[in-house]
Amino acid sequence: MAEERVVGVGAGAAGFGGYDRGGGEPGGLATQDMVLNIGPQHPATHGVLRLRITLDGERIVGCEPIVGYMHRGVEKLFEVRDYRQIIVLANRHDWLSAFSSELGVVMAVERMLGMEVPERAVWARTLLAEMNRALNHLMFLGSYPIELGAITPIFYAFRERETLQQVMEEISGGRMHYMFNRVGGLKEDLPAGWLDRASAAVAAVRRRVPQIEDLIFGNEIFLARTRGVGTISPELISAYGVSGPIARASGVDFDLRRDEPYLAYPELAEEGVLRVTTGEDGDCHSRFGMLLEQVSVSLDLADACIARLRSLPQGPINQRLPKILKAPEGATYCWTENPLGINGYYLVSRGEKTPWRLKLRSASFNNIAVLPEVLRGCVVADMIAILGSMFFVVGDIDK
Amino acid sequence: MIVQALGVRTVDDLSEFGTDPWWLSLIKAVLIFVFLLLLTLFNIWFERRVVARMQHRAGPNKNGPFGLLQSLADAMKLMLKEDIMVKAADRLLYVLAPVISVIMAFLAFAVIPFGPVVDVPFTDRQTPLQLTDLPVGVLFVIAVASVGIYGIVLGGWASGSTYSLLGGMRSTAQVISYEVAMSLALVAVFLYAGSLSTSEIVNAQQRLWYALILLPSFIIFWVSMVGETNRAPFDMPEAEGELVAGYFTEYSSMKFAMFFLAEYINMVTVSAVATTLFLGGWRAPWPLSLWDGANAGYWPVLWFLAKVMMFMFVFVWLRGTLPRVRYDQFMALGWKVLIPVALLWTVAVATIRAMTLDGGLDRRVLVGGALVAVLLFLLLSIVGERAPKEEPEAEEQPFDPFAGGYPVPPMPGQRLPRPEPAGVVPGGAQPDQEDDTARRSATEEGD
Amino acid sequence: MSSWGSGLIRGLRVTWQNLARRSVTAQYPDAPPELPPRSRGVIALFEENCTVCMLCARECPCWCIYIDSHKEAVPPVEEGARERSTNVLDRFAIDYSLCMYCGICIEACPFDALEWSPEFEYAELDIRDLTHEKDRLREWMWTVPAPPGLDPAAAEPKEIATAQKAAEKAAAASQGQAAEETRDDGGGS
Repeated sequence: MAEERVVGVGAGAAGFGGYDRGGGEPGGLATQDMVLNIGPQHPATHGVLRLRITLDGERIVGCEPIVGYMHRGVEKLFEVRDYRQIIVLANRHDWLSAFSSELGVVMAVERMLGMEVPERAVWARTLLAEMNRALNHLMFLGSYPIELGAITPIFYAFRERETLQQVMEEISGGRMHYMFNRVGGLKEDLPAGWLDRASAAVAAVRRRVPQIEDLIFGNEIFLARTRGVGTISPELISAYGVSGPIARASGVDFDLRRDEPYLAYPELAEEGVLRVTTGEDGDCHSRFGMLLEQVSVSLDLADACIARLRSLPQGPINQRLPKILKAPEGATYCWTENPLGINGYYLVSRGEKTPWRLKLRSASFNNIAVLPEVLRGCVVADMIAILGSMFFVVGDIDK
Repeated sequence: MIVQALGVRTVDDLSEFGTDPWWLSLIKAVLIFVFLLLLTLFNIWFERRVVARMQHRAGPNKNGPFGLLQSLADAMKLMLKEDIMVKAADRLLYVLAPVISVIMAFLAFAVIPFGPVVDVPFTDRQTPLQLTDLPVGVLFVIAVASVGIYGIVLGGWASGSTYSLLGGMRSTAQVISYEVAMSLALVAVFLYAGSLSTSEIVNAQQRLWYALILLPSFIIFWVSMVGETNRAPFDMPEAEGELVAGYFTEYSSMKFAMFFLAEYINMVTVSAVATTLFLGGWRAPWPLSLWDGANAGYWPVLWFLAKVMMFMFVFVWLRGTLPRVRYDQFMALGWKVLIPVALLWTVAVATIRAMTLDGGLDRRVLVGGALVAVLLFLLLSIVGERAPKEEPEAEEQPFDPFAGGYPVPPMPGQRLPRPEPAGVVPGGAQPDQEDDTARRSATEEGD
Repeated sequence: MSSWGSGLIRGLRVTWQNLARRSVTAQYPDAPPELPPRSRGVIALFEENCTVCMLCARECPCWCIYIDSHKEAVPPVEEGARERSTNVLDRFAIDYSLCMYCGICIEACPFDALEWSPEFEYAELDIRDLTHEKDRLREWMWTVPAPPGLDPAAAEPKEIATAQKAAEKAAAASQGQAAEETRDDGGGS
């Protein structure tokens, strides 16, 4: 491990790294900065993100995120898979928002084909996407406190996740990788009675989520650790392309569900069920609060979708596809509001079974890119608080 | 020597100790050792079960009745694990650290009274249920606890790993700050009991627990004892989210088990100290104390254990609920809140004690004096608020990193210049400011 | 937020209240989980249906299906007809250490020879044992549950739709015939 030697006077010299290499006589009062590797195997990086941190005592003077430990070459793999096989891969880069990631792929292909999706499929997709969003946020509502040392909320969060996952499993057969989207709709229709169980699950989660809020959100220690820590300004957000709940927590009022509507969101926005909330402070606390807020919005949306699905007339849930599905020549960019932020697919087709190129813009990559700016000047404990509040999935960073 | 009060024989003065024959001392020592080991096994199980219930889980329930043997199985497993010696470790200290930690943890219990004077079964001897006592018994506990921290500090340092080093460093600072608050909190107890020996402090609480009279002391002691034992929410030295496992990151097998054991014994120790000093030690709590036999024979051991377990439950409860305090906030709490409050409280207690002992002053005068003091304090604080301190405004001047010919940090209000790539600046030069800026702009143009 | 410490106390109250609640843990080996019929646990092979068309192996995104076969002559059904040859399945194996559990093979199979089963207890100590040969895959077939009924708003399966269409056509035809007959009758009388 390399050590950076910084010549300076006492502890104050730390803010100085990198400047004084030419000046000052070596020797004398020398302090050495410590280089600490957070990860690739560190409990706080939930995965294999590596942060190379330069420390002066416990204060961070430099941070360099090193990504790529989990790079799976997914964009290259996309090029040799047909559109059904791509769905398998697409739901794996961000394993916490599998359904929403699938959605982007099929919507891109549908757009290229000019295909109309049956109405029931649109509402079912919206329902599942919102449940997926709640699942994703619940994960972070549990994992963030655990990084701050509170061990209990994660178990409450997992109880809620389990409730939702059960209905997700019943409809799709999968608990994380749903593989339920198909070009033109969904794989199968809803099982009989599923809507009742789904609405019961949503109600149960809505009833119990306040426990997490009571347990941690107003806790003075939690407040002390998160208020004013890791503040990201709206300018920084736009500079780095940060999106999703993190951006909204900083007051950037941008949500694709409302601003570039897809699925059934325009109608839901009209009904007023889809509320886009923004925070003001942009610190860890408001990011955590944003998740709590979004979970409740997602549950409302899910309820609205369930009600709509009940009233829709009988109809198919997918389109009959040809044996060999070829997207016509051309290109399209399809972006969706994934739980973690903007997830975009740039699909270039040359009229073959497989895409010629499918570029993936994942939310976590941009969200994590802003870290060095935020971390500079924090202490190690703050680093954990900030890292945890950036809500990322390593697969989504490394693709 | 022995007071006959309500049929209870308690230790009257310290000459009671040191008269045990060697075999009795040995038996007592071994009993305490075994007791602590068993209690640790139980406590680990207890903690896991209680935390599990709080998280609507079941907790360990497979090994033995109610899973009671789970921690024994874990201990066995740890013993059989590979003992990893880190390459970068300082071998001697690396091995020594957990040993120091665990020995000191056991030692502190020597002066904790478990009960009154009892008959030794099968003999006609009588002995207090306490290994020994010193005129400065409580100081002994504090001293031993401080030495125990050496285990953590040395372990952190000797591991040769950054995480361990940070953990050890945090531990040092934590203990230094909290030992002060803890000792200050105890001073009030000493003033009231008139002694530093544990058995005499227990005797002094026959009428009323000190937790009630000296509530502020009790609270300060409580907070600092959680800090002393590195337990949540003050478990920064081993903060798993940040430092992986802090000072014992690199430890494995028995050495790890020793640290683990030490942590749990320390919890018991501080709980026992708190019980002894604030909750009347082994004396039966109020409704039970109406029964004459409650404080005689071996019954007090039960009360003592119950009180200790109550503290253990609170430890577990806190751990199950609270997030970790940030290190600097913890330090601020210690230095800026606990120590000043403890100091003030000590002064107040000392004043009150001196006055009541000398009998010179009436209570009304005391209350009046206190009122005046409070009013003065309020007045002072209001006056202090009215005149906000005028911070000398930092003059907005460009930052000269080589002011005075050597590197200096930026002053408040000054901004760090953009870091320059290494190798651009010719080494060894002593540039003045014009040169410096000129060179910088030159490199910028070069970019 | 009323005063300092109220958040702490609220949190402590939540954990205290949960202390008395029943745990939600499912004690797995003692209490097996109830899995929905669509659960993707393991792929079962209904060997008798397999025609060795290789569609599953070709569609599999991770190439985890191995199929070997040979051609065999089948004696003609009728006297004097030509001898025909069929594909006989020698080996059908799925390597579950590679499988991504996407279910494309099951969708691709035109003869319903592959099915999902919710069984999941087939962990192995040796990764090679995760390759299930056709006998083992055939055994899983016994665990395949009936598919769940569909939502009342679901479109009718195409078999029913076509059958209904055919029935309607037939009914219309027979009605027309009957009408004709009555007309004929009428004409006759």
